[in-house]
Amino acid sequence: MIKIKNLTATVNDGQQTILNGLTLEVPAGEVHAIMGPNGAGKSTLSYVLTGKDGYDVTDGSVEYLGQDLLDMEPEERAAAGLFLSFQYPLEIPGVPTMTFLRTALNAQLKARGADEMSAPEFLKKARNVAKELKIKPDMLKRSLNVGFSGGEKKRMEIFQMMMLEPKFIIMDETDSGLDVDALRIVADGVNALRSPERGMLVITHYQRLLDYIVPDRVHVLADGKIVASGDADFAKLLEKEGYDKYAA
Amino acid sequence: MGEQKTIAKDSIEAGTVEGVAGLEADKYKYGFESDIEQEFAPKGLNEDIVRFISAKKNEPDWMLKWRLDAYARWLTMEEPTWAMVDYPKIDYQDAYYYAAPKSDKDGPKSLDEVDPDLLEVYKKLGIPLKEQEVLAGVQGAPRVAVDAVFDSVSVVTTFKEELAKVGVIFCPLSEAVQKHPELVKKYLGTVVPPTDNFFATLNTAVFSEGSFVYIPPGVRCPMELSTYFRMNAQGTGQFERTLIIADKGSYVSYLEGCTAPMRDENQLHAAVVELIALEDAEIKYSTVQNWWPGDAEGKGGVYNFVTKRADCRGKNSKVSWTQVETGSAVTWKYPSCILRGDGSSGEFYSIAITNGFQQADTGTKMIHLGKNTKSRIISKGISAGKSNQTYRGLVSAHKKARGARNFTQCDSLLIGDNCGAHTVPYIETNTPSAQFEHEATTSKLSDEQLFYCRQRGLSEEDAVALLVNGFCRDVLQKLPMEFAVEAQKLVAISLEGSVG
Repeated sequence: MIKIKNLTATVNDGQQTILNGLTLEVPAGEVHAIMGPNGAGKSTLSYVLTGKDGYDVTDGSVEYLGQDLLDMEPEERAAAGLFLSFQYPLEIPGVPTMTFLRTALNAQLKARGADEMSAPEFLKKARNVAKELKIKPDMLKRSLNVGFSGGEKKRMEIFQMMMLEPKFIIMDETDSGLDVDALRIVADGVNALRSPERGMLVITHYQRLLDYIVPDRVHVLADGKIVASGDADFAKLLEKEGYDKYAA
Repeated sequence: MGEQKTIAKDSIEAGTVEGVAGLEADKYKYGFESDIEQEFAPKGLNEDIVRFISAKKNEPDWMLKWRLDAYARWLTMEEPTWAMVDYPKIDYQDAYYYAAPKSDKDGPKSLDEVDPDLLEVYKKLGIPLKEQEVLAGVQGAPRVAVDAVFDSVSVVTTFKEELAKVGVIFCPLSEAVQKHPELVKKYLGTVVPPTDNFFATLNTAVFSEGSFVYIPPGVRCPMELSTYFRMNAQGTGQFERTLIIADKGSYVSYLEGCTAPMRDENQLHAAVVELIALEDAEIKYSTVQNWWPGDAEGKGGVYNFVTKRADCRGKNSKVSWTQVETGSAVTWKYPSCILRGDGSSGEFYSIAITNGFQQADTGTKMIHLGKNTKSRIISKGISAGKSNQTYRGLVSAHKKARGARNFTQCDSLLIGDNCGAHTVPYIETNTPSAQFEHEATTSKLSDEQLFYCRQRGLSEEDAVALLVNGFCRDVLQKLPMEFAVEAQKLVAISLEGSVG
């Protein structure tokens, strides 16, 4: 589904190399976890894949559903079904969550040449998803993420994800800021989205999340590349042994 | 019920985004010129021109004298230079001061008689308030009365009869001079005196049209009153004069909106608006202003030098100004409230957007004279491109204004690195019991927020429109529903091309 080959990316006008020949393939229907020490380039990978400014790709390629992902604008990638659950979701003052999401959803539908979702249909869907994630309907009327706690923001990311129904999902440290109950709710939501057509990349520092979202593969990212891979049990081993032996 | 409202709001905000998208092809959608024959006064300004205008309007002697006195006074005055705006010196002899559509000659009595070209103009404007239907007399059209000012002369006035039933007078000022001279004499120039300032005095001498509204005691005006101003003749200055009187215990909501065709020459606009609220009366005055701001190089565009002032004359009277200023090359405008009556209150809600080379110096004055008077100022300024804007506000309390209270909030949003925002608050208080609060913030549209929106599928321009509409939300919500839709679209249109 997504094929990353020898991806190399720099920041600060090439002075600093963050990704250094990263190669990774996630087939449709699989959930892959990326673990690794702080500063290994985990977040950078999520930003380069989604097209954030400030990163220069100096080598390598990313093929997404047969398309050259790196050649697309961020909104084109989103319309093609790429979704990032942000580590630090942004606050959007004055824009109610529902307005934001409906505008985004309709923009994506339009880009795909599909009909917009009607307001009643959208509301009904939002109500159901909110219920699943135990989000109070009142919160959807408030400005997106403004005054929300860290955990609420994360839950709102999953809400958006479930509403937009993306094809490929990147979750960046989604577990941080969540207590155990919230983690279970979020994981249930994510697991409900698992399907043979959908791929996921779960970036996490701790193994805890992977007890709830069990990955097909686990990779260690260190010094800008994948240095080791294994199955779900590998994550437990990593948790026990730490990342020291993978760091340069 | 709550959900219905959410849907309505949602669709409005989605409209914002469509607004930007639809404008990719034509930069200024109202940049056409309609082909209606003009009847000009000769170019230039002198006593004869003032007499010409007065004669055209068939005015009584007292009115002519009022104009001539103002003209004589104007000759002794100097153009103000204190505002933070910069424009070439205006040659007042190089403009026309009177232009009327020829079709007005016979005075259309019904819509059928209205020049089809004029109706075509309304169509091109894509008038959002459903005036199209109102003007066309469609059954079930919203009850919005329109006094359409088309280059100086009112052409169509609707709903007059229905308004007359409750005693509301809504007509062109020139008609009020003929039919209700006692009201005009009593109130005209009592809020903005003929000697007030350079531009107001000029207006007094040469104003050619405007609206007159009188709401009798205890009457709640049954509909929103709306006027569309539109400048249409090349090089023609527009000098509207609006007078609104809300008698004791009455209420009226008035909407003013404008668009202008593309120009090479600068167009001078110097309007005067006077509002008078008597005891327990309330006036809500909303403006959406979208005049031609000049081309991409900053050439052309409207000069907008307006004097708007309200007199809260009676006890517990209330006036609320709401404005969305997106147009004009240069804006000089300070809708103000004189809080004379005890317990009276004034509000000023403003969104000013400047892009390209636009300059705006705008704000308000809240003059607290009466006891326990209250005022509230919420100003949202958005600068993009190479534009510059200044919020200039005065809040003052007279020594008798015991218990006066003001809350001011000025927020500025910068888009890009080449624009400027300035806040100049003046606070004067002569009574220790006054409580004035002032808050100000300046922020930049963040790249992080933009990326977040784009990751969710919004284009960069849609994202800017959404973020800016969010920034202005408190003020947009103060607009009447019909206007809010148009205003949100304007916000999007005005900022087109401001990023990237």
